[in-house]
Amino acid sequence: MIPEAGSGALIVALILALYGAVAAAVGGRRGRPALVESAQHAALGVFALLTAGALLLIYAFLSFDFSVRYVANNTNLGTPFYYRITALWGALEGSIVLWGWMLSVYTLIVILRHRTSARELYPWVLSVMLSVVSFFLLVMTVAAPVFARMTPIPPDGRGLNPLLEDSGMITHPVALYLGFTGFTVPFAFAVAALITGRVSDFWITTTRRWTIVAWYFLSLGLLIGGWWSYHVLGWGGYWAWDPVENAAFMPWLTGTALLHSVMIQERRRMLRLWNIALVILTFSLTLFGTFLTRSGVIASVHAFSQSSIGVYFLSFLALVVLSGLGLIAWRWDTLGAQGELDSVVSRESAFLLNNVLLVAAAFTVFFGTVFPLLSEAVRDVKVSVGAPFFNQVNVPLFLSLIFLMGVGPLIAWRRASLENLQRNFLWPIVIGVTAAALFRLLGVRSILAVVTLALTVFVASTIGVDLVRATRARRAMGERALPALGGLLLRHNRRYGGFVVHLAILVVAVGVTGSQAWSVHTETTLKRGEQTELGGYRIRFDGLRESQESNHGKVTGTFTVMNGRAAGAVLEPAKKFYPQQSPIAYVDYRLGLVDDIYLVLGDFAGDGTSATVKFQVNRLVSWIWIGGLVLTLGTVLAVLPERRKAA
Amino acid sequence: MRRRRWRWLLPLTAVPVLALLAYGFRLNPRDIRSPLVGRPAAPFALTSFEGAPMQLGALRGKVVVLNFWASWCYPACYEEAPVLERGWRAYRDRDVVVLGVDIQDKDEAGRKFIRDFSLTFPNAPDPSGKVSVDYGVYGVPETFFIDRAGAIRVKHVSAVTDQVFRDTVEALLAEPAPRR
Repeated sequence: MIPEAGSGALIVALILALYGAVAAAVGGRRGRPALVESAQHAALGVFALLTAGALLLIYAFLSFDFSVRYVANNTNLGTPFYYRITALWGALEGSIVLWGWMLSVYTLIVILRHRTSARELYPWVLSVMLSVVSFFLLVMTVAAPVFARMTPIPPDGRGLNPLLEDSGMITHPVALYLGFTGFTVPFAFAVAALITGRVSDFWITTTRRWTIVAWYFLSLGLLIGGWWSYHVLGWGGYWAWDPVENAAFMPWLTGTALLHSVMIQERRRMLRLWNIALVILTFSLTLFGTFLTRSGVIASVHAFSQSSIGVYFLSFLALVVLSGLGLIAWRWDTLGAQGELDSVVSRESAFLLNNVLLVAAAFTVFFGTVFPLLSEAVRDVKVSVGAPFFNQVNVPLFLSLIFLMGVGPLIAWRRASLENLQRNFLWPIVIGVTAAALFRLLGVRSILAVVTLALTVFVASTIGVDLVRATRARRAMGERALPALGGLLLRHNRRYGGFVVHLAILVVAVGVTGSQAWSVHTETTLKRGEQTELGGYRIRFDGLRESQESNHGKVTGTFTVMNGRAAGAVLEPAKKFYPQQSPIAYVDYRLGLVDDIYLVLGDFAGDGTSATVKFQVNRLVSWIWIGGLVLTLGTVLAVLPERRKAA
Repeated sequence: MRRRRWRWLLPLTAVPVLALLAYGFRLNPRDIRSPLVGRPAAPFALTSFEGAPMQLGALRGKVVVLNFWASWCYPACYEEAPVLERGWRAYRDRDVVVLGVDIQDKDEAGRKFIRDFSLTFPNAPDPSGKVSVDYGVYGVPETFFIDRAGAIRVKHVSAVTDQVFRDTVEALLAEPAPRR
């Protein structure tokens, strides 16, 4: 009964969403508020029904209802309680439910926030939001029915992929989907602006916070994904340029471009066409990402289930891209710029360059990701594009972007005078160059690392110069240093929120540089009591023990880590044997601000006398995760309501 | 203002990309030719669920259909189990042997699967996973058709159908028997 109730709820939700989408559009076109209001009620109903659907699915998981195929495929009797709840988004069908549910929540927030503030655009925004919800409801009822039954009913389920039994897998998809779905709101506003012809700057200012929030969750999703990869997969890395990672990275790049280009439009009335195109592109890329990961068109190490939903996603993607571009073509004449670029040496052009670089990076990632497909279509040759291509092309782009990160916020609008340049950049450049020389003297051999770190120092000092100067200005008016700084951050929260986010990116950049340049690893077989040394650390193999866990057997190795002469931490990497899967490694590690000790257990002798261990000393990786925390602070600061009057 | 008719060409720019993605549906990225095809099949010696020895070496001169399966592999393994059983019954008198290898499975669940489908051809668990590694098994089900000279001739990924079974086996039977 429960599964039938669930699928019934989703079908009714689909009908309501379709009705709401049409009613809002007709209401907007004919100017009938009653219809728009009715669409609002429909949206409320969609939210309630989707919530019910999701809860029923969770209930099916908790009660081990293996007659539901999705439940049987993603849990078994040994699956712990929490993972039975999060198994909701453990695979395709349930992820779509979560996605649709988040969209319905966003729709409600849009209704609450913009019902009265965005009068002309609002009905169309609602219509677009409900159309997107309808698409996802169509997928979960027709293309990949989540409540589908299976016969014969198996006595036990297949179980969640053990690699997914990790806290990272609880939060990573949620953050990522919040990011993906979040970009639906700016997209809905952009389409509404095109349809109504009100392509002025209102929609941009209205959606600024939405874009930041979506971008933040996407960033968080990417970072948590990296963390999961790092501490679960056992290869000691956090990013592999896998198609699935690229799929989430592309909208992040274009979304980052958008965050910057809207400032130009707000300030200088330029880039209207560009911004609308960027929003449509970003939203399309979120759909493309899902298409890519779920259609099985491109091979990926992420072994997602493949299904027929690829066709649905591609059709919807085509609809979005073609109608988006069609709307732009229709409104072409009204999308012209009012402002003009006065000088190449100006903030506008720095931002423009930033946008060009970010979109170029997104394009190269796109190109590298679909190249295997292109190669097979044109030359009938199977190829795979790996990290070397992506690194080679993107590293120079990212370095230029870091440089611009220092220039953009401080250079003058319109036309920078020599005096402006000198005032803002003389010291940071001196500090940056000094830092480069210092790093070199300290024995940093990699040129790439020297350049990256020097650029990081340069950007950090531009932020420092700005803060010192602004604080000094406030102190001159009689405030004390710390309250002056605090007041500055809160009063100009948008600007300084941006600075803090930039700092976060710098911290992440240091982490990436350090881990690429200075990590060391070895793989060796040790007899019990034997030691090996790497990067200033020694480990001693102390033995193996076997144990039986709730749903798997486990062989744990004990290793003592010694730094210098003192015996330090004990690490216990293990190998887990699940009955229905290949054995997986359980990594053990000690995180440090500078060094992570990272052990993966390989083969071992059955009697426990020897074991092969992968031993890594990874450097500065923790900075990447710290960057995530700083990013959170900066985002919160940036979206706080502004205290000062608009300048 | 001058009418810009060319602007309507804008949506067309997206068409090649969309077409390329649509083309992707015709491909299977996992469809990589196994390097084992044409090579001698790796010998193995397993013990069947009934406790009888199951050795490839003893079957030289016969056509061998070697199937890798698991009880949790739903629906593909469930679809092909009756197909394999039918094929075994139809061809066993013509020097064709069907062998099943149950991988990454619980012993009890594997036995239940065999009972449920009343399988009569020999089936053995591969507890160490060595045989599936030797054959480069990526997922279940995968089926290897081995000719009378002991060489792997066809690797079939996903459920075997009656048609595939018949055609492949007939083709291998039509070849002249190897000289001894």
